[in-house]
Amino acid sequence: MSGIFIDQDRATPELRAKAVKLCPFGAIEVGGDGRISISAGCRMCRACIKALPEIFRLEEVKAPQVDKSKWQGIAVAAELAGKGELHPVSIELLGKARELAAKIDGKVTVFLAGFETGNAADELLAYGADRVAVYDQKELEHFRIEPHTAALEDFLLYVRPAVLLVGGTSTGRQLAPSAAARFRTGLTADCTVLDIKPNTDLEQIRPAFGGNIMAHINTPNHRPQFATVRYKIFPFPERVGHPSGVKEFRTLPPEKLRSAITVEQIEPLPVEKGIEEAAVIVAAGKGVRRREDLAMLRELAEALHGQLAGSRCVIEAGWLDHKHQIGLSGRTVAPKLIICCGISGSVQFAAGMKGSEKIVAINTDPDAPIFKIAHIGIVGDIYEVIPALLERIRAKGVL
Amino acid sequence: MVCICVNSNWRKRNVKIAVCIKQVPGTTAVEVDPATGTLKRDGVESKLNPCDLYAIETALRLKEKYKASVTAVTMGPPQAAAVLRESFMMGVDEGVLVSDRKFAGADVLSTARTLSQALTVCGPFDLVICGRQTTDGDTSQVGSETAELLKVPHVCNVTKIFSVDDRSISAAAVMPRCLMKFRMELPALITVDESIAEPRLPSYKLKLATADRKIRVLTLADLPDREESHYGQSGSPTRVIRVFPPEHDVKKERWEGSGQETAARLFDLLDAGKYLQNPR
Repeated sequence: MSGIFIDQDRATPELRAKAVKLCPFGAIEVGGDGRISISAGCRMCRACIKALPEIFRLEEVKAPQVDKSKWQGIAVAAELAGKGELHPVSIELLGKARELAAKIDGKVTVFLAGFETGNAADELLAYGADRVAVYDQKELEHFRIEPHTAALEDFLLYVRPAVLLVGGTSTGRQLAPSAAARFRTGLTADCTVLDIKPNTDLEQIRPAFGGNIMAHINTPNHRPQFATVRYKIFPFPERVGHPSGVKEFRTLPPEKLRSAITVEQIEPLPVEKGIEEAAVIVAAGKGVRRREDLAMLRELAEALHGQLAGSRCVIEAGWLDHKHQIGLSGRTVAPKLIICCGISGSVQFAAGMKGSEKIVAINTDPDAPIFKIAHIGIVGDIYEVIPALLERIRAKGVL
Repeated sequence: MVCICVNSNWRKRNVKIAVCIKQVPGTTAVEVDPATGTLKRDGVESKLNPCDLYAIETALRLKEKYKASVTAVTMGPPQAAAVLRESFMMGVDEGVLVSDRKFAGADVLSTARTLSQALTVCGPFDLVICGRQTTDGDTSQVGSETAELLKVPHVCNVTKIFSVDDRSISAAAVMPRCLMKFRMELPALITVDESIAEPRLPSYKLKLATADRKIRVLTLADLPDREESHYGQSGSPTRVIRVFPPEHDVKKERWEGSGQETAARLFDLLDAGKYLQNPR
């Protein structure tokens, strides 16, 4: 049992008053009897321990230690985006897994579940997987939580990896937590930086509070360690010269394949190129005054063979579909070029695009936060710059 | 782990729905104190997590259609009762506040465990509805872990509910490249996409009518699993080592001048970068 111990005897009235004020969550209270108490508002941020160590102490009783030597190597849960076709985030994670595995002298094993998986396993070997465990059964054709979690559970007990990386897609965000809860282990969502310690503890960094702060997280005493990573966070790796990995097929018994979910109809959504795929993005923000004014930005996007996207306010105004939202509550993008038009650059927006190769920002406010991350910051009005730019582009004959 | 049991009586009966909601900071503008490495959140206001409005609305539409009963469950400090009051103003029937200092510092697993235990105590429920994610933790994974710990099936990102009876729900959910229409046996959990329904505004009439409504409070002592080490920070496999502000370290160029001048420079940059080739 761990918690914050309060040394009531050393709490002078001044220190008590200080204690109440210092808690960022207002969870420290002083009762009528003058005793300090901590309410359910406590988030264990430990601000009190750092500020008033004479009163607050962290008491941590050692829990039984997990035997880390029994969990080795790095695993990746691959995802199929169609018949036999891998979601690119799986390959990105495989690249990161190889990097992590090299540091601990471990192997990379990939989990692949679906139906008629075709040459997806070979593709994973081509990107350097040491081993691919394939679960290819009719019941795994559509993503249904029970059979897919059962397959992943079987995989984890069979391979016993120290780390499992899962793509932060809509299905990955169901599979990872289900399996993590089954193993009663830690899961860190939407990691943006991953590293590994020699003792196989995964160093995970993720944004919190809308990207306003970054949190460094460990899972020190549980295995396997689960982390999800969004698409386009890690670079797409190169194929290996001579794949030397192996694939093996595993089969789940019928009772593990049962599901309370019956798929009645699958309606393919129109295959539109997501903004994640775009090489060039023109992004609209609050500086766009009217919906009609998006037309000039759309024209620019077309001239650059790119896509139009927006920050949260543009999506909330209903001017663009939420699939075109960049940011923590939208999509993460990393195009070759992004032109941010009238975007102030909130941390939550920046978190969704700062991996872009070239960031151009146009804003009238010279102090806009977007200029902190823009490679080229244009202090100016989009209503002057964009029409003038379009004029030149038209003169060149592109439009 | 205790499971929500299906009512063995198969006659038509009213469906019981739980909605999991959370109180979150009114803004995500928090800062890190560079000296101590802890959060600075002076006088930050709280609000109901925006995605949860859609979960409440979904439950209320089912209530109107099927005479279902709706219970809102929240985990948090005593002040979090405010979001239960807000849900009453929208039409929720009952509110449960799961609150204990021993729940402090909970990560995804520990939160899901607390919620699943609380849902077992105030249930059994036929359907548990959650919002897509919260604005403070934004992991969007507590719903799925809760379903697993309740040992019930779940589907995320539900966009439409066609029908619900006492045995199953028929609905549609967005998957990576398709819309999946499915039927799921109850009890079950769903998380809803914001496209499912436009949330109603709180009603002043309901505010008055529910002002005296009692909120049920559950502490650790009320849960089936009373083992302290399963909750709060002790029950959390993950540890926050430190928090720090995001870094900005890019080489920056600043262009100032008239719209014509900067447009000309930008044009040259795009042209030189071969972005203006005409493929058509």
